[in-house]
Amino acid sequence: MNNSLLVVVLASGVAYGTPLLYGALGELLAERSGVLNLGVEGMMLVGAVMGFWTVQRLHADTALSLAAAVGVAAIAGMAMAAIHAFLVITLRASQIVSGLALTIFAGAAGLSSYLGNDLNLADNPARHAFSAAVFPASMQRLPVVGPIIFGQNVLVYASWVCVVGVSLYLSRTRLGLNVRAVGEAPASADAMGINVTAYRYAHTLAGGAFAGVAGATFTLAITPQWVSGITGGAGWIAIALVIFAFWRPALCLVGAYFFGALQALSPQLQARGINLGPTELWANSLPYVMTVVVLVFVSASGARRRLGAPASLGLPYVREER
Amino acid sequence: MRIERRLRQPRWLIVAVPAGSLVFAFFAAGLVLYATGHNALSSYRQIIDAAFLNSGALGQTLTQATPLAFTGLAAAAAFRMRLFNIGAEGQLFMGAITADAAGLYLGGHGWPTALVIFAMVIAGCAGGAAWALIPGALRAFFKTNEIITSLMLNYVAAYVLTYLVFNTESYWRQTKGFNASVFPTSKTLPNDALWPSAMIHVRGGIALPLGAGIAVLVAFLLWFLFTRTRFGFEAQVLGDSPRAAQYAGMRTRRKILAVMGISGAVAGLGGASQVGDFAHMLDADPNGLQKQYYGYTGIVVAALARYNPLAVVVVAFLIGALQNAGNTLQGADFPSGLVGVMQGIILFSALGGELLVRYRVRVGRTMPATEAA
Repeated sequence: MNNSLLVVVLASGVAYGTPLLYGALGELLAERSGVLNLGVEGMMLVGAVMGFWTVQRLHADTALSLAAAVGVAAIAGMAMAAIHAFLVITLRASQIVSGLALTIFAGAAGLSSYLGNDLNLADNPARHAFSAAVFPASMQRLPVVGPIIFGQNVLVYASWVCVVGVSLYLSRTRLGLNVRAVGEAPASADAMGINVTAYRYAHTLAGGAFAGVAGATFTLAITPQWVSGITGGAGWIAIALVIFAFWRPALCLVGAYFFGALQALSPQLQARGINLGPTELWANSLPYVMTVVVLVFVSASGARRRLGAPASLGLPYVREER
Repeated sequence: MRIERRLRQPRWLIVAVPAGSLVFAFFAAGLVLYATGHNALSSYRQIIDAAFLNSGALGQTLTQATPLAFTGLAAAAAFRMRLFNIGAEGQLFMGAITADAAGLYLGGHGWPTALVIFAMVIAGCAGGAAWALIPGALRAFFKTNEIITSLMLNYVAAYVLTYLVFNTESYWRQTKGFNASVFPTSKTLPNDALWPSAMIHVRGGIALPLGAGIAVLVAFLLWFLFTRTRFGFEAQVLGDSPRAAQYAGMRTRRKILAVMGISGAVAGLGGASQVGDFAHMLDADPNGLQKQYYGYTGIVVAALARYNPLAVVVVAFLIGALQNAGNTLQGADFPSGLVGVMQGIILFSALGGELLVRYRVRVGRTMPATEAA
């Protein structure tokens, strides 16, 4: 039963969906504070390369190496996000162009590739990687829930904690409510005495940290090695996922696993000799096409506001011009 | 220190800021090189040699600059109206697919070369425009954010391109011959469908591809359209203030569709030029069209040219030179990825420099009452 197509696809969907989930959670935090960061792909790739570098060069036991690697990846992602934050918050640059610039700067033909090649990281497997054997084998053999829930690595379980944490933060804490105020109506938030600039900086940086961890998920868990452009566009899907999930953390999780499962579908169908037409084409394109379709629904009259797009997303806040 | 909005943007700053960005970018990238243990000065000398001075270097720079001029013009045309068409990448792929089909079919049926090329140009424009009109129509009729939709369609176009050559026996795929059965590849264009180039006999010969000429022509047309016609004026107003445009009775939907269509057509033309001028096949090799990121780099070009079509041509040449140097030099002294790093820094500094164009940084506390904007 655990070898049935559905269970296998769902189990790998959770694994493939985890970087999407981390990336989307980070982008959600930034966007809720009003900052659109299209540089997720670039931040992820730098996180991926720096996390991998840490594991290769740090001489410590597995647990410590991996913990340090995730930390370094988060810091690397934050450093990338800091460039974007400085440009769009302090210098009031266009958020769209700046985010794209970040992806070009850091992305597959930029800094991440430069670092990976310069540090000679290619062609070696990771010295340590996150193992999927966290729970005893007997639990992993349970029908259905075994592989899907108990057969995952620590990063997957940590992402669940993050979903709950971000969700509670935004809906139940004073700070989280302030973030939403900053994203919806920065002028009113400013009048209430909330420091709009500080909130936007903090959440853009937090978004970068999440993106860095998302990148490390690729190089330390999914395919424990480094190749240039290893994320393969996951950063863009993460951005789309935030819209797909109507800016809600719990829905990000559902969307991430759905998109992850789509990714797992095509190789599984091929391995089982099931022919559903040009599978590579439609299964790979489906996440992108579905995002477009969902966007159309989200943007239809009035729905955008009702479903939670932050009202001043993408707009710089200048106190003198409010 | 305070920052206030300028009432007028001085002309000299509009040139000085992008130029300053370039200088700053070379300085900042030099720091990156130095920090990672490379000699920045010798790297830069190699860049200049490989981009301009070596035998055949200028020709290769033109090869890189031509597609960037098309994608840069595509981005500039749309961004001028604040329509953020990030989809030049996918539109270029689509233009390449349609132009390749036209070249394969008509070139193989004995049409005269001029007609085949004309048909490829039209087909490329149509393919790119059609792909751009998907996000364009969604924006016009459902107010759907065109940034994400055009971007998502890039990936779909890339999968279509890969599919046509690798995963199916399509019209574009080479199916005959021993090599084709071992390694999937696309059909080569017949001779009648190859685009001509003009040779200039200096420095080992520089081939001026037809596409480069078309790009310059398109730049002039776009410049005329956006600065000298009612259409361009209305597009500008729509970009600056959609509400004012609406009150003035301008047709928003029609304009969005037209500008997205033009933008996509220019990107598609870039795809046609790729096929006709350079690759001579659809070229979906993993190291081919999809690894060049022409569409995304075009945005760098357009932003640095401040969306002025004529400036795009100049900037495309400079960025093309950088790309060419990056491709040629890749190795120990010149780690791959350096070009992207430099392009990113150039764009960052141009963006930061915008602040100086739009705002005045004033040191001191007093503020003249007359200048309250």
